[in-house]
Amino acid sequence: MSEQTLAAAPGTATPEQLEYLLRLGDNALILGQRLSEWCGHAPVLEEDMALANMALDLVGQARLLLTHAGQSEGRGRDEDQLAFLRVERDYRNVTLVELPNGDFGRSVVRNFLFSAFQVLLYGRLSSSADAGLAAIAAKSLKEARYHMSHAAEWTIRLGDGTAVSHDKAQAALDYLWPYTAELFAASPADDAVAAAGIGPAWSELEAEWEDLVLPVLAEATLTVPARVPFKTYGKFGRHSEHMGHLLATMQYMQRTYPGAQW
Amino acid sequence: MERKEWPLWEVFVRSRNGLDHKHCGSVHAPDAKLALQVARDVYTRRQEGVSIWVVKADNIVASDPDAKPELFDPAEDKIYRHPTFYQLPEEVGHM
Repeated sequence: MSEQTLAAAPGTATPEQLEYLLRLGDNALILGQRLSEWCGHAPVLEEDMALANMALDLVGQARLLLTHAGQSEGRGRDEDQLAFLRVERDYRNVTLVELPNGDFGRSVVRNFLFSAFQVLLYGRLSSSADAGLAAIAAKSLKEARYHMSHAAEWTIRLGDGTAVSHDKAQAALDYLWPYTAELFAASPADDAVAAAGIGPAWSELEAEWEDLVLPVLAEATLTVPARVPFKTYGKFGRHSEHMGHLLATMQYMQRTYPGAQW
Repeated sequence: MERKEWPLWEVFVRSRNGLDHKHCGSVHAPDAKLALQVARDVYTRRQEGVSIWVVKADNIVASDPDAKPELFDPAEDKIYRHPTFYQLPEEVGHM
Protein backbone atom coordinates (compact mmCIF):
# COMPACT_ATOMS: atom_id res chain seq x y z
CA MET A 1 0.00 0.00 0.00
CA SER A 2 2.23 2.74 -1.23
CA GLU A 3 0.09 4.91 -3.45
CA GLN A 4 0.38 8.57 -2.61
CA THR A 5 -2.81 10.49 -2.49
CA LEU A 6 -3.18 14.00 -1.30
CA ALA A 7 -0.11 15.85 -0.27
CA ALA A 8 -0.34 17.77 2.96
CA ALA A 9 2.03 20.54 3.87
CA PRO A 10 4.59 18.28 5.55
CA GLY A 11 5.41 18.74 9.17
CA THR A 12 3.14 21.68 9.70
CA ALA A 13 0.62 20.19 12.12
CA THR A 14 0.66 21.19 15.76
CA PRO A 15 0.20 18.38 18.31
CA GLU A 16 -3.44 19.40 18.69
CA GLN A 17 -4.03 19.34 14.96
CA LEU A 18 -2.37 15.95 14.68
CA GLU A 19 -4.55 14.62 17.46
CA TYR A 20 -7.64 15.83 15.62
CA LEU A 21 -6.53 14.23 12.34
CA LEU A 22 -5.76 10.95 14.07
CA ARG A 23 -9.22 10.97 15.61
CA LEU A 24 -10.76 11.18 12.17
CA GLY A 25 -8.59 8.42 10.76
CA ASP A 26 -8.85 6.14 13.79
CA ASN A 27 -12.64 6.33 13.91
CA ALA A 28 -12.87 5.22 10.30
CA LEU A 29 -10.24 2.51 10.72
CA ILE A 30 -11.66 0.94 13.87
CA LEU A 31 -15.27 0.96 12.69
CA GLY A 32 -14.06 -0.46 9.37
CA GLN A 33 -12.33 -3.26 11.28
CA ARG A 34 -15.50 -3.98 13.27
CA LEU A 35 -17.74 -4.03 10.20
CA SER A 36 -15.34 -6.35 8.38
CA GLU A 37 -15.91 -8.90 11.15
CA TRP A 38 -19.44 -9.31 9.77
CA CYS A 39 -18.11 -10.71 6.50
CA GLY A 40 -19.94 -13.97 5.82
CA HIS A 41 -22.00 -13.68 9.01
CA ALA A 42 -24.72 -11.16 8.17
CA PRO A 43 -28.40 -12.17 8.36
CA VAL A 44 -28.79 -12.25 4.58
CA LEU A 45 -26.44 -12.20 1.61
CA GLU A 46 -27.52 -8.72 0.57
CA GLU A 47 -26.68 -7.28 3.98
CA ASP A 48 -23.37 -9.09 3.97
CA MET A 49 -22.50 -7.20 0.80
CA ALA A 50 -23.69 -3.90 2.22
CA LEU A 51 -21.71 -4.24 5.45
CA ALA A 52 -18.55 -5.24 3.57
CA ASN A 53 -19.10 -2.30 1.26
CA MET A 54 -19.29 0.10 4.16
CA ALA A 55 -16.24 -1.47 5.80
CA LEU A 56 -14.31 -0.91 2.57
CA ASP A 57 -15.47 2.70 2.39
CA LEU A 58 -14.31 3.28 5.96
CA VAL A 59 -10.93 1.62 5.46
CA GLY A 60 -10.48 3.79 2.37
CA GLN A 61 -11.24 6.88 4.42
CA ALA A 62 -8.84 5.72 7.11
CA ARG A 63 -6.05 5.26 4.55
CA LEU A 64 -6.47 8.78 3.21
CA LEU A 65 -6.81 10.33 6.64
CA LEU A 66 -3.91 8.49 8.24
CA THR A 67 -1.65 9.20 5.27
CA HIS A 68 -2.60 12.84 5.56
CA ALA A 69 -2.00 12.80 9.32
CA GLY A 70 1.40 11.19 8.84
CA GLN A 71 2.43 13.77 6.26
CA SER A 72 1.14 16.61 8.38
CA GLU A 73 3.13 15.26 11.30
CA GLY A 74 6.31 15.23 9.22
CA ARG A 75 8.02 12.41 11.07
CA GLY A 76 7.86 9.98 8.19
CA ARG A 77 5.12 7.78 9.56
CA ASP A 78 2.91 6.36 6.81
CA GLU A 79 -0.58 4.91 6.97
CA ASP A 80 0.70 1.43 7.79
CA GLN A 81 2.88 2.57 10.65
CA LEU A 82 0.05 4.59 12.10
CA ALA A 83 -2.44 1.74 11.74
CA PHE A 84 -0.29 -1.19 12.77
CA LEU A 85 2.42 0.10 15.06
CA ARG A 86 0.61 2.35 17.47
CA VAL A 87 -0.51 1.05 20.84
CA GLU A 88 -3.94 1.42 22.37
CA ARG A 89 -3.10 4.58 24.31
CA ASP A 90 -2.05 6.33 21.12
CA TYR A 91 -5.29 5.57 19.32
CA ARG A 92 -7.72 8.47 19.22
CA ASN A 93 -10.98 6.86 18.11
CA VAL A 94 -14.11 7.31 20.16
CA THR A 95 -15.11 4.33 22.30
CA LEU A 96 -18.39 3.92 20.40
CA VAL A 97 -16.68 2.50 17.31
CA GLU A 98 -14.54 -0.06 19.15
CA LEU A 99 -17.44 -1.75 20.96
CA PRO A 100 -18.13 -5.33 19.90
CA ASN A 101 -20.63 -5.71 17.06
CA GLY A 102 -23.25 -7.49 19.16
CA ASP A 103 -26.29 -8.56 17.18
CA PHE A 104 -27.29 -7.13 13.81
CA GLY A 105 -29.52 -4.56 15.50
CA ARG A 106 -26.69 -3.19 17.58
CA SER A 107 -24.38 -2.89 14.60
CA VAL A 108 -27.07 -1.16 12.58
CA VAL A 109 -27.96 1.32 15.31
CA ARG A 110 -24.29 2.11 15.88
CA ASN A 111 -23.80 2.64 12.15
CA PHE A 112 -26.72 5.02 12.17
CA LEU A 113 -25.62 7.03 15.21
CA PHE A 114 -22.04 7.28 13.99
CA SER A 115 -22.62 7.83 10.26
CA ALA A 116 -25.01 10.70 11.06
CA PHE A 117 -22.16 12.28 12.98
CA GLN A 118 -19.75 11.65 10.11
CA VAL A 119 -22.14 13.25 7.63
CA LEU A 120 -22.12 16.46 9.66
CA LEU A 121 -18.41 16.34 10.35
CA TYR A 122 -17.35 15.65 6.75
CA GLY A 123 -19.80 18.29 5.57
CA ARG A 124 -18.05 20.88 7.68
CA LEU A 125 -14.58 19.58 6.90
CA SER A 126 -15.26 19.94 3.18
CA SER A 127 -14.53 23.62 3.59
CA SER A 128 -11.49 23.13 5.81
CA ALA A 129 -8.57 25.55 5.59
CA ASP A 130 -6.47 22.39 5.12
CA ALA A 131 -7.00 21.75 1.40
CA GLY A 132 -5.96 18.09 1.56
CA LEU A 133 -8.35 17.41 4.40
CA ALA A 134 -11.14 19.27 2.59
CA ALA A 135 -10.69 17.03 -0.45
CA ILE A 136 -10.74 13.84 1.65
CA ALA A 137 -13.87 15.05 3.45
CA ALA A 138 -15.68 15.89 0.21
CA LYS A 139 -15.02 12.36 -1.06
CA SER A 140 -15.93 10.71 2.24
CA LEU A 141 -19.12 12.71 2.65
CA LYS A 142 -20.78 10.86 -0.23
CA GLU A 143 -19.96 7.54 1.40
CA ALA A 144 -21.14 8.64 4.82
CA ARG A 145 -24.45 9.80 3.37
CA TYR A 146 -25.03 6.37 1.91
CA HIS A 147 -24.08 4.68 5.19
CA MET A 148 -26.51 6.90 7.05
CA SER A 149 -29.43 6.29 4.74
CA HIS A 150 -28.81 2.55 4.77
CA ALA A 151 -28.50 2.38 8.56
CA ALA A 152 -31.51 4.66 9.05
CA GLU A 153 -33.62 2.35 6.86
CA TRP A 154 -32.63 -0.63 8.95
CA THR A 155 -33.07 1.16 12.26
CA ILE A 156 -36.65 1.96 11.25
CA ARG A 157 -37.27 -1.55 9.91
CA LEU A 158 -36.04 -3.22 13.08
CA GLY A 159 -37.50 -0.72 15.54
CA ASP A 160 -40.86 -0.72 13.79
CA GLY A 161 -40.70 -4.39 12.81
CA THR A 162 -41.72 -7.33 14.97
CA ALA A 163 -41.98 -7.22 18.76
CA VAL A 164 -38.69 -9.10 19.01
CA SER A 165 -36.82 -6.85 16.57
CA HIS A 166 -38.17 -3.79 18.34
CA ASP A 167 -36.88 -5.03 21.69
CA LYS A 168 -33.47 -5.80 20.22
CA ALA A 169 -33.22 -2.40 18.56
CA GLN A 170 -34.28 -0.71 21.79
CA ALA A 171 -31.70 -2.72 23.75
CA ALA A 172 -29.07 -1.67 21.21
CA LEU A 173 -29.99 1.99 21.57
CA ASP A 174 -29.98 1.73 25.38
CA TYR A 175 -26.53 0.15 25.25
CA LEU A 176 -25.00 2.57 22.74
CA TRP A 177 -26.55 5.86 23.76
CA PRO A 178 -24.22 6.68 26.69
CA TYR A 179 -21.23 6.29 24.36
CA THR A 180 -22.49 9.06 22.08
CA ALA A 181 -21.87 11.72 24.73
CA GLU A 182 -18.15 11.42 24.08
CA LEU A 183 -18.60 12.69 20.52
CA PHE A 184 -19.50 16.13 21.82
CA ALA A 185 -17.13 16.42 24.78
CA ALA A 186 -14.92 19.50 24.54
CA SER A 187 -11.16 19.12 24.17
CA PRO A 188 -8.12 21.36 23.61
CA ALA A 189 -7.59 19.74 20.20
CA ASP A 190 -11.07 20.84 19.13
CA ASP A 191 -10.49 24.40 20.25
CA ALA A 192 -7.13 24.67 18.49
CA VAL A 193 -8.41 23.17 15.26
CA ALA A 194 -11.56 25.27 15.24
CA ALA A 195 -9.50 28.42 15.85
CA ALA A 196 -7.24 27.55 12.89
CA GLY A 197 -10.26 27.04 10.58
CA ILE A 198 -9.30 23.42 9.98
CA GLY A 199 -12.42 21.81 11.31
CA PRO A 200 -15.34 22.22 13.66
CA ALA A 201 -15.14 21.62 17.39
CA TRP A 202 -17.19 18.46 17.66
CA SER A 203 -19.35 19.97 20.40
CA GLU A 204 -20.70 22.41 17.79
CA LEU A 205 -22.32 19.51 15.98
CA GLU A 206 -24.45 18.19 18.82
CA ALA A 207 -27.66 20.08 18.05
CA GLU A 208 -27.50 19.28 14.33
CA TRP A 209 -26.78 15.65 15.12
CA GLU A 210 -29.85 15.43 17.33
CA ASP A 211 -31.90 16.99 14.53
CA LEU A 212 -30.75 14.21 12.22
CA VAL A 213 -30.96 11.32 14.64
CA LEU A 214 -34.01 11.89 16.82
CA PRO A 215 -36.68 11.93 14.06
CA VAL A 216 -35.43 8.59 12.73
CA LEU A 217 -35.41 7.04 16.20
CA ALA A 218 -38.95 8.34 16.70
CA GLU A 219 -40.06 6.83 13.39
CA ALA A 220 -38.44 3.58 14.52
CA THR A 221 -40.68 3.80 17.62
CA LEU A 222 -37.59 3.72 19.84
CA THR A 223 -37.36 5.55 23.14
CA VAL A 224 -34.29 7.74 23.47
CA PRO A 225 -32.65 7.10 26.86
CA ALA A 226 -31.95 9.97 29.22
CA ARG A 227 -28.42 11.32 29.31
CA VAL A 228 -26.33 9.98 32.21
CA PRO A 229 -23.18 11.46 33.80
CA PHE A 230 -21.06 8.54 32.52
CA LYS A 231 -18.74 9.52 29.70
CA THR A 232 -16.14 7.54 27.77
CA TYR A 233 -12.93 9.11 26.55
CA GLY A 234 -11.50 6.97 23.78
CA LYS A 235 -10.59 10.11 21.88
CA PHE A 236 -8.11 10.95 24.64
CA GLY A 237 -6.60 7.46 24.40
CA ARG A 238 -8.51 6.01 27.35
CA HIS A 239 -10.23 3.05 25.77
CA SER A 240 -12.60 0.28 26.80
CA GLU A 241 -11.36 -3.25 27.47
CA HIS A 242 -12.37 -4.19 23.92
CA MET A 243 -9.75 -2.07 22.22
CA GLY A 244 -6.67 -4.11 23.15
CA HIS A 245 -8.22 -7.29 21.76
CA LEU A 246 -9.20 -5.55 18.55
CA LEU A 247 -5.68 -4.24 18.02
CA ALA A 248 -4.12 -7.60 18.88
CA THR A 249 -6.10 -9.13 16.02
CA MET A 250 -5.56 -6.27 13.61
CA GLN A 251 -1.85 -5.73 14.23
CA TYR A 252 -0.66 -9.30 14.71
CA MET A 253 1.07 -9.77 11.36
CA GLN A 254 2.83 -6.42 11.36
CA ARG A 255 4.01 -6.96 14.94
CA THR A 256 5.38 -10.37 14.03
CA TYR A 257 7.15 -9.15 10.90
CA PRO A 258 7.61 -5.42 11.44
CA GLY A 259 8.40 -3.44 8.33
CA ALA A 260 7.49 -6.29 5.96
CA GLN A 261 6.40 -5.25 2.46
CA TRP A 262 2.91 -6.41 1.48
CA MET B 1 -37.57 -13.12 9.22
CA GLU B 2 -38.69 -15.75 6.79
CA ARG B 3 -37.09 -15.85 3.42
CA LYS B 4 -40.47 -15.77 1.68
CA GLU B 5 -40.82 -12.16 2.81
CA TRP B 6 -37.84 -11.32 0.60
CA PRO B 7 -39.23 -11.52 -2.92
CA LEU B 8 -37.15 -11.52 -6.07
CA TRP B 9 -36.51 -8.23 -7.88
CA GLU B 10 -35.18 -7.89 -11.40
CA VAL B 11 -32.55 -5.19 -11.83
CA PHE B 12 -32.07 -2.95 -14.87
CA VAL B 13 -29.11 -0.58 -14.98
CA ARG B 14 -28.27 2.25 -17.32
CA SER B 15 -24.54 2.87 -17.27
CA ARG B 16 -23.09 6.35 -17.22
CA ASN B 17 -22.92 6.75 -21.01
CA GLY B 18 -25.55 4.16 -21.79
CA LEU B 19 -28.71 4.95 -23.70
CA ASP B 20 -30.99 2.37 -22.23
CA HIS B 21 -31.50 0.27 -19.14
CA LYS B 22 -30.22 -3.26 -19.54
CA HIS B 23 -31.27 -6.21 -17.47
CA CYS B 24 -28.26 -7.21 -15.42
CA GLY B 25 -29.55 -9.65 -12.83
CA SER B 26 -31.77 -10.04 -9.82
CA VAL B 27 -31.66 -9.56 -6.04
CA HIS B 28 -33.74 -10.53 -3.04
CA ALA B 29 -35.00 -7.65 -0.91
CA PRO B 30 -37.95 -6.97 1.38
CA ASP B 31 -39.12 -3.91 -0.53
CA ALA B 32 -38.31 -1.59 -3.41
CA LYS B 33 -36.21 0.84 -1.39
CA LEU B 34 -33.86 -1.85 -0.14
CA ALA B 35 -33.88 -3.59 -3.51
CA LEU B 36 -32.44 -0.38 -4.97
CA GLN B 37 -29.72 -0.21 -2.30
CA VAL B 38 -28.82 -3.84 -2.76
CA ALA B 39 -28.76 -3.52 -6.54
CA ARG B 40 -26.52 -0.52 -6.22
CA ASP B 41 -24.06 -2.46 -4.03
CA VAL B 42 -24.09 -5.56 -6.19
CA TYR B 43 -24.37 -4.25 -9.74
CA THR B 44 -23.06 -0.70 -9.96
CA ARG B 45 -20.18 -0.42 -7.49
CA ARG B 46 -21.63 3.03 -6.96
CA GLN B 47 -20.46 4.63 -10.16
CA GLU B 48 -22.03 8.01 -10.26
CA GLY B 49 -24.45 8.96 -12.99
CA VAL B 50 -26.05 5.57 -13.41
CA SER B 51 -29.73 4.87 -13.20
CA ILE B 52 -31.22 1.77 -11.65
CA TRP B 53 -34.68 0.28 -12.10
CA VAL B 54 -35.90 -2.53 -9.93
CA VAL B 55 -39.12 -4.34 -10.58
CA LYS B 56 -40.66 -7.17 -8.63
CA ALA B 57 -40.25 -10.34 -10.65
CA ASP B 58 -44.01 -11.03 -10.21
CA ASN B 59 -44.78 -7.93 -12.23
CA ILE B 60 -42.99 -9.12 -15.33
CA VAL B 61 -45.01 -11.01 -17.89
CA ALA B 62 -42.85 -13.02 -20.26
CA SER B 63 -43.73 -14.36 -23.66
CA ASP B 64 -44.24 -18.07 -23.91
CA PRO B 65 -41.26 -19.88 -25.45
CA ASP B 66 -43.62 -22.47 -26.92
CA ALA B 67 -45.41 -19.71 -28.84
CA LYS B 68 -42.21 -18.67 -30.59
CA PRO B 69 -43.27 -19.81 -34.10
CA GLU B 70 -46.49 -17.80 -34.24
CA LEU B 71 -45.04 -14.76 -32.46
CA PHE B 72 -41.79 -14.25 -34.29
CA ASP B 73 -41.40 -16.35 -37.40
CA PRO B 74 -43.92 -14.73 -39.79
CA ALA B 75 -41.80 -11.62 -40.22
CA GLU B 76 -38.75 -13.48 -41.36
CA ASP B 77 -39.51 -14.08 -45.05
CA LYS B 78 -41.28 -10.83 -45.90
CA ILE B 79 -38.59 -8.36 -46.71
CA TYR B 80 -41.15 -5.59 -47.35
CA ARG B 81 -42.06 -5.63 -43.64
CA HIS B 82 -38.65 -4.24 -42.71
CA PRO B 83 -37.94 -0.54 -43.24
CA THR B 84 -34.35 -1.17 -44.23
CA PHE B 85 -34.34 0.61 -47.60
CA TYR B 86 -34.43 4.14 -46.23
CA GLN B 87 -31.45 6.41 -45.56
CA LEU B 88 -31.83 7.81 -42.06
CA PRO B 89 -31.23 11.58 -41.88
CA GLU B 90 -28.37 12.50 -39.54
CA GLU B 91 -30.58 14.51 -37.20
CA VAL B 92 -32.71 11.51 -36.34
CA GLY B 93 -29.83 10.25 -34.23
CA HIS B 94 -30.09 6.93 -32.47
CA MET B 95 -32.79 4.55 -33.53
